[in-house]
Amino acid sequence: MIRIDAVTKRYPDGTVAVDRLSLEIPDRAITVLVGPSGCGKTTTLRMINRMVEPTEGSILLDGQDIRQQPVNTLRRSMGYVIQNAGLFPHRTILDNIATVPRLLGRSRRQARDRAAELMERVGLDTALAKRYPYQLSGGQQQRVGVARALAADPPVLLMDEPFSAVDPVVRKQLQDELLRIQEELGKTIVFVTHDIDEAIKLGTRVAVLRTGGRLAQYAPPAELLSAPADAFVEDFLGADRGIRRLSFFPSADLELQTAPLVRADADAGTLAARATAVPYLLVTDPDGRPLGWSEPGRLTAGAVDREQLLDYGRPFVPGTDSLRAALDGAVLSPTGWAVAVDGEGRAVGVVSQQVIGEAIRAAHGRVAERAGEAAGR
Amino acid sequence: MNVLDFARAFFGDGAHWHGYDGIPTRFAEHIGYCLEALAIAAAIGLPVGLLTGHTGRGGNALAFLATAGRALPSFGLLVLMFIWIGLGLLPVMIPLVVLAVPPILVTTYEAVRSVDPSPVDAARGMGMPETRVLFQVEVPVALPLILSGLRTAAVQIVSTATIAAYVSLGGLGRYIIDGLYQKDYEKVVGGATLVAGLALVTLAVFWAVSRLAVSPGVRRGGRG
Ligand SMILES: Nc1ncnc2c1ncn2[C@@H]1O[C@H](COP(=O)(O)OP(=O)(O)OP(=O)(O)O)[C@@H](O)[C@H]1O
Ligand SMILES: [Mg+2]
Repeated sequence: MIRIDAVTKRYPDGTVAVDRLSLEIPDRAITVLVGPSGCGKTTTLRMINRMVEPTEGSILLDGQDIRQQPVNTLRRSMGYVIQNAGLFPHRTILDNIATVPRLLGRSRRQARDRAAELMERVGLDTALAKRYPYQLSGGQQQRVGVARALAADPPVLLMDEPFSAVDPVVRKQLQDELLRIQEELGKTIVFVTHDIDEAIKLGTRVAVLRTGGRLAQYAPPAELLSAPADAFVEDFLGADRGIRRLSFFPSADLELQTAPLVRADADAGTLAARATAVPYLLVTDPDGRPLGWSEPGRLTAGAVDREQLLDYGRPFVPGTDSLRAALDGAVLSPTGWAVAVDGEGRAVGVVSQQVIGEAIRAAHGRVAERAGEAAGR
Repeated sequence: MNVLDFARAFFGDGAHWHGYDGIPTRFAEHIGYCLEALAIAAAIGLPVGLLTGHTGRGGNALAFLATAGRALPSFGLLVLMFIWIGLGLLPVMIPLVVLAVPPILVTTYEAVRSVDPSPVDAARGMGMPETRVLFQVEVPVALPLILSGLRTAAVQIVSTATIAAYVSLGGLGRYIIDGLYQKDYEKVVGGATLVAGLALVTLAVFWAVSRLAVSPGVRRGGRG
């Protein structure tokens, strides 16, 4: 555990970047520092590996003051990833990644073997090993940055806006990759971002800092969304925090209806039988993959015109996706029904906005109950 | 007779190819002075440039010294040193070194200063000691520029080392000075051609060194 204890940083020019900040950063979890530009996120992060020395207060790593070990020993035990990756332009990708193992005295062979292993871990083609950084895309460079930070297998990983310089599609890939790597490796990660969505997606706990380097709120993301501490946090979370909060509610309990599902090659009898039950039918291909919605009267057996079908929006996977995805699917679908599919994309049922709405109310109720229990204890 | 004819006559004369005043001897002497001056200048300019560039301190003082050094006329300095010290190698070396230190020093300083700060920051953050930050990150990245400073200095030394002849030393300057004195224009042109040729060779050597020493990762863009 990293304990930041009443730490203040005043730069020589008088700027107070961090003001009496106290934080407990749990092991094997991603702790995100988020806040507006200039609120002291980078300063806080850099105090953990002593790239910046606090003016007051202390930082403890597993109960020991970080000033008690030589600074370079401390730094080698913490991976460090920065915004533009900061790769060494004169070294190949492999040698970039091998840097810290080499600093720790591994042989060139060992360090390179380890580097190759890490390239695979972060999803880099090992064919890139002999290239130089300028020959890589921004996203690839950032992966190299992560691999380099992980090379000596440090227990702690410090990341300063590592994904903010890449486009949204690549950023999402990198975020997913980080979550996957974290699941495998279980590092203690301190992650700085100014993007609240990134914070909510990645953080086990999120610390919202306000300008002047003061802590506004420190909570798990779901709690941040449901109970922002004050107007500043609420404002920082943005307009649709109610919707975003749904990401934390599972969709597994939604009651699915299967009556509206009908295969494109269904015979006239089946069509007629289904038609009475529901206002719309979801037509699927013979494998069960959704094709689109249709009014029952418009369907003729054996001659389904796919062009005539209405778009079915974006299906969700019950159990994997959240209520947010289910609601999104229902809102996007012109019939107001969301389509549920299994892992292979075969339709397993449909669910209406009303049912989703009830599930949301029920989920809120459970959270309130739990909060009440916690308060009562 | 034009310059080409002078040159042809000079190089065609077999007598110019051996003896203590032969081309190989003078060439070797000239290269000897140049290498010595360059080595001394680099021994002063490189460490100071690297250190000031790495720490970022002393830039103003450097700029002042460099301007002052550039403003000193080499020939004037030579005469002064000659009066002061007398004949010998030292009064030649001093103006050559004074000439060569500013480009080496200032370019090295600028080269290290202009290294992208993020790899340097990453290196420190990974726990690299300062000397390694300098020699394993800053220097390799700044190398094309550092070499270009050395190259400028070397070429200036090659052409200026002709002044050695004024204080009775050898080198290619002998041909030019003796030639002018004897009104032997073949000799003057021959000497000048040799100096120009040596300058070209110097450029070629630096090109080869930078091909070998500069990482392909920083070579692109053709700096230096
Ligand atoms: N070396 C320094 N000297 C003086 N002031 C500094 C220094 N570094 C940062 N500051 C100031 O300290 C405050 C916090 O800076 P910091 O870099 O920690 O912010 P940040 O939250 O990381 O911002 P951003 O999101 O823009 O990266 C800012 O007001 C900044 O101007
Ligand atoms: Mg920052």
